[in-house]
Amino acid sequence: MQVHTFDVVVVGGGGAGLRAAIAAAETGGNAVGLVSKVYPMRSHTVAAEGGAAAVTRGDDSLQSHFDDTVAGGDWLAEQGVVDYFVRHAHAELVQMERWGCPWSRQASGDVQVRRFGGMKTERTWFAADKTGFHMLHTLYQTSLKYPQIQRFDEYFVLDLLVEDNQACGVIALEISSGELHLLRAKSVIMATGGAGRLFRFNTNGGIVTGDGMAIAYRRGVALRDMEFVQYHPTGLPGSGILITEASRGEGGVLTNKDGYRYLQDYGLGPETPLGEPKNKYMELGPRDKLSQAFWHEQQAGRTGKHGDSDVVYLDLRHLGEAYLQERLPFICELAKAYVNVDPAKSPIPIRPAVHYTMGGIETNADCETSIDGLFAAGECASVGLHGANRLGSNSLTELLVFGHLAGKKAMQRALGDSPCKDGAESIRQLGSQWQERLESMMRGGEPGRPRWPELKTELLKVMEEGCGIYRDEAGLTQALQSIRGLRERYQRVQLGDQSKIYNTDLLHCLELGCSLDVAEATCLAALQRRESRGAHQRLDDGCQQRNDQQYLKHSQVFYQGAAPARLEWQDVDTHLSAPGERQYGTKGSGVKGSGVKGSGAEGSDGGKHA
Amino acid sequence: MRSIQILRYLPEESSQPFLQSFQVPVTDSTSVLDALNYIKESLDPTLSFRWSCRMAICGSCGVMVNGIPKLGCKDFLRNYPNELIIEPLAHLPVERDLVVNMDSFLRHLEAVKPYLIEGKHAADSSQPNRQTPAQMARYQQFANCINCGLCYAACPQFGLNPEFTGPAAIALAHRYNLDSRDSGKAQRMAPLNSKNGVWSCTFVGFCSEVCPKGVDPAAAVNQGKVESAKSMLIQLFRGRAIGGAGQ
Repeated sequence: MQVHTFDVVVVGGGGAGLRAAIAAAETGGNAVGLVSKVYPMRSHTVAAEGGAAAVTRGDDSLQSHFDDTVAGGDWLAEQGVVDYFVRHAHAELVQMERWGCPWSRQASGDVQVRRFGGMKTERTWFAADKTGFHMLHTLYQTSLKYPQIQRFDEYFVLDLLVEDNQACGVIALEISSGELHLLRAKSVIMATGGAGRLFRFNTNGGIVTGDGMAIAYRRGVALRDMEFVQYHPTGLPGSGILITEASRGEGGVLTNKDGYRYLQDYGLGPETPLGEPKNKYMELGPRDKLSQAFWHEQQAGRTGKHGDSDVVYLDLRHLGEAYLQERLPFICELAKAYVNVDPAKSPIPIRPAVHYTMGGIETNADCETSIDGLFAAGECASVGLHGANRLGSNSLTELLVFGHLAGKKAMQRALGDSPCKDGAESIRQLGSQWQERLESMMRGGEPGRPRWPELKTELLKVMEEGCGIYRDEAGLTQALQSIRGLRERYQRVQLGDQSKIYNTDLLHCLELGCSLDVAEATCLAALQRRESRGAHQRLDDGCQQRNDQQYLKHSQVFYQGAAPARLEWQDVDTHLSAPGERQYGTKGSGVKGSGVKGSGAEGSDGGKHA
Repeated sequence: MRSIQILRYLPEESSQPFLQSFQVPVTDSTSVLDALNYIKESLDPTLSFRWSCRMAICGSCGVMVNGIPKLGCKDFLRNYPNELIIEPLAHLPVERDLVVNMDSFLRHLEAVKPYLIEGKHAADSSQPNRQTPAQMARYQQFANCINCGLCYAACPQFGLNPEFTGPAAIALAHRYNLDSRDSGKAQRMAPLNSKNGVWSCTFVGFCSEVCPKGVDPAAAVNQGKVESAKSMLIQLFRGRAIGGAGQ
C-alpha cells in the first residue's frame, strides 16, 4: 500500500471540496491532497442550475435573508450559523467573480440578480441557468493555480484513519488499478455531496450515493436531521432531470391537467397575474410546500399523464423564445432532448423529484465534527444552515461560505502540533482490514450470495414507498425493517466482476453499502420525528402539525455496527428568532419571522451592496 | 428488445478487444447510457463505462456511437433503427471497455493557464468587476465547454499527434483571452504559438460538429491563429527594435 503525506486531505472534488482546497492552500502549509471518485468537473455541483443567494441590492438586508432562511427551514436551522452565512455570502460570490465566474449581467455591467422561491427580495446571482456548472469549472480551473494542491482523481475513499478520536488520514482505492493508498493528514475535510440516489426518482447524478456521510457515520460521527429530504417540485417525468426553480423565478407558472394554477388552493395565493411573479407568492413559494401541493393534486386526480408518470405542467410560453434563450437556454435544451417539448411552444410536463439532503454529517459552526481534525462542508454536512427545508439558491452559496471556512480551519489545525503519531501499526491494520473486506466481496462462485443491483432496486422501492413526500408510522416502520434486512443481506454481497482495473462493479457495490447505512439513519429519524415540519410531513393522527414542545430538536443518529442505529435529540439554536408560523402568499405579507429578538443579523447594513 | 454491439476490452483477460452483442429493452426515450446501465445491472456486471449526471452537463459518458463521438446520455436508441455499435472514444488510450485514459486531455487543458489572470491595475478585490453583456458575449460560448473530450475523438490531428493542444484546450485558452477582466493573454500565447498549438489544426471542423453543447472550438482555433500570427509578428518587430538583444 502506497502512503502519501499531506497537511490537509479533502475528500470530494465538487464545489465545497474545491473551495476548501483553495482556502487550505491560501491559509498556509504546502500540501493539500484532493481526492475524488470522479474528475472534479464531473461532480454533481455541475448540475445546479438556478443560482446562488447573497444580499446584494440596496433595498435588501441581511436580516431579511436571515429571516427567509430560518422561516424556510421551519425554525430548525442553527441561527448563529445562518447569521454567519448571510454575512459572508456576498464576499464569496464576489470572490467567484474575481476568479472569472461568468455571472449574468445588467446592461450597466453590474451583476444581475433574480427571484427565487421563499426569498423576499431578488438576491440570487446566476450564470444563465448553468450556475453550478460555471461555478464548478471556475473553481476547478482556479485550483490549478495552486501547485500545493495535489489531486487524486478517480480514487474512492473507503474509510478514515482515526487515532484516539483524531482524524489522521484516509484510505482510498485507486479505481484505475484496484490498489489501496493511504493518505495521511493532520486534518481531513469531507465534501462528498448528498444522498439523493437513495430514491428512485431524483434529480441527482449517479454518483450522489452518500459515501462521505456513511464513512464519517461509521466512525461515530452523528448524522443529523436526515429525515429532511427535499423534493424539488419540477423534475422531468421518467428521468427526474432537474428543471430549475429559476424557471418560476423568471415567471413560469404551474398548472394542473385542467390548466388551473392550483397553488392558490394551498396557502400560496392569490393567483399572481401571468408575467408578474411575486416573491413568496404562488410559484415562488418554498419547495416543500410546492411538492406537497402536487401530492394533493395527484390524490384528487387532477394531474395529467406523461408516459407512466403523473405530472403537472410548467408553462413558460408567455416568456417568449428570445427571453427563454437568454435566461433559460439549458432548460430549453433539456426539455427538447428528454421530453421533446419546446418550452416556447408547449408547457413542460414535470413532477417532484428527490433533490437535496438537508441533513448530514453533524458539524459545529466551524465545520468540525465530533472527531478532532475531521471537518465537513457542503451537502454532505449538517452545519445547520437549512433546518427542515432548504431555500433554493442557498446551497451553492453554502459550498463557498463553508467550504472556505472548513479549508481555513482545517489548515490552521494542521499547522499546529498534531497528535497523529507515525501510525505505522494503525495504517497496517486499516490496510489489511480493507484488503480482506474487498477480497471477500470478490470471492466468486458461492451460491445464494446477493449482488448489488438487486439490493439497490429494493432500496429504491423501499425509500419511495415508505419515506416519500408524505409519511406515516406504519410505512416508516416497514421501511426501517426492510432497510435493516437489506443491510444484513449486504454483509454477504458478492461481485460479478473479479478484476482490478476499473472495476465499476466493485465501485457501485461499495457505494450501495454507503447508501444502505445512510438510508437506515434517514428512516429511523423519519419514524421517530412524530410531527410535520418543513420537508418532513406525516399523515398519521397527532403528527400532522409542527410540535415545538417535543420536536424543536435536531435528530442525531449514531451508527451501531450490525446492530440497529440509535437516535438522540439535540437542542436547536433559536437565540435570534423565536419560532413563528411559516406563511407565504397573502398570509405571509408583512409577517416576518415573528419575535425577532433584535441582535445578530439585525443592524447589519454592512451587508448591503448596491 | 433490440440488439446493441459493444467493443469490449478486458486487459486482465486478453490484449485483444472484441465485439459483444447484447439484447436490451427499448422505448422511445431509451438513451445509449440507459442501455449501458441495463446491460451492467441485468446482463453483464463486468461492462465498464463512466457516467453520472445523465443530463449532458458532467461530461463523463462520451463514447463512439457508430463511429461518431457522442454523449451516451444525450443520444437515443431511436436514432439508430439498424445497426448500433458502441466503442470507446477514439484517439485516447483505452483502459478498459468504454473507459479511456483522460490524462493527456487534462494535461492539455491545464497547460493553457485556464484561469483569470488579473492585471496590475485590477480594481479593489472586495468588489465585483463590471462586465457588460456585450463584453460577456465575446467569450460566453467558449465557457460552455463541459470537458467531455468528444472534440478530441473527432480531431484527426490529435489522432496523429497526441501532443497537439487540441480543440477544447484552445477554446478554453481563447475563453480567457477574450474575457475583458483578463490580462493573461501573453502568458497563454506561448503554448498556442508552438508547433503543437493552433498551427497544428488543419481546419477539418469536425470538432465543432460533434460538440454536444454548441461550443465552436474550430472558431476558437481559427481566431487563435489570427491572434498567434499577430503575437508572432509583434515578437518579430520587438526583436528588431531592440536590436536582437534578447527578450
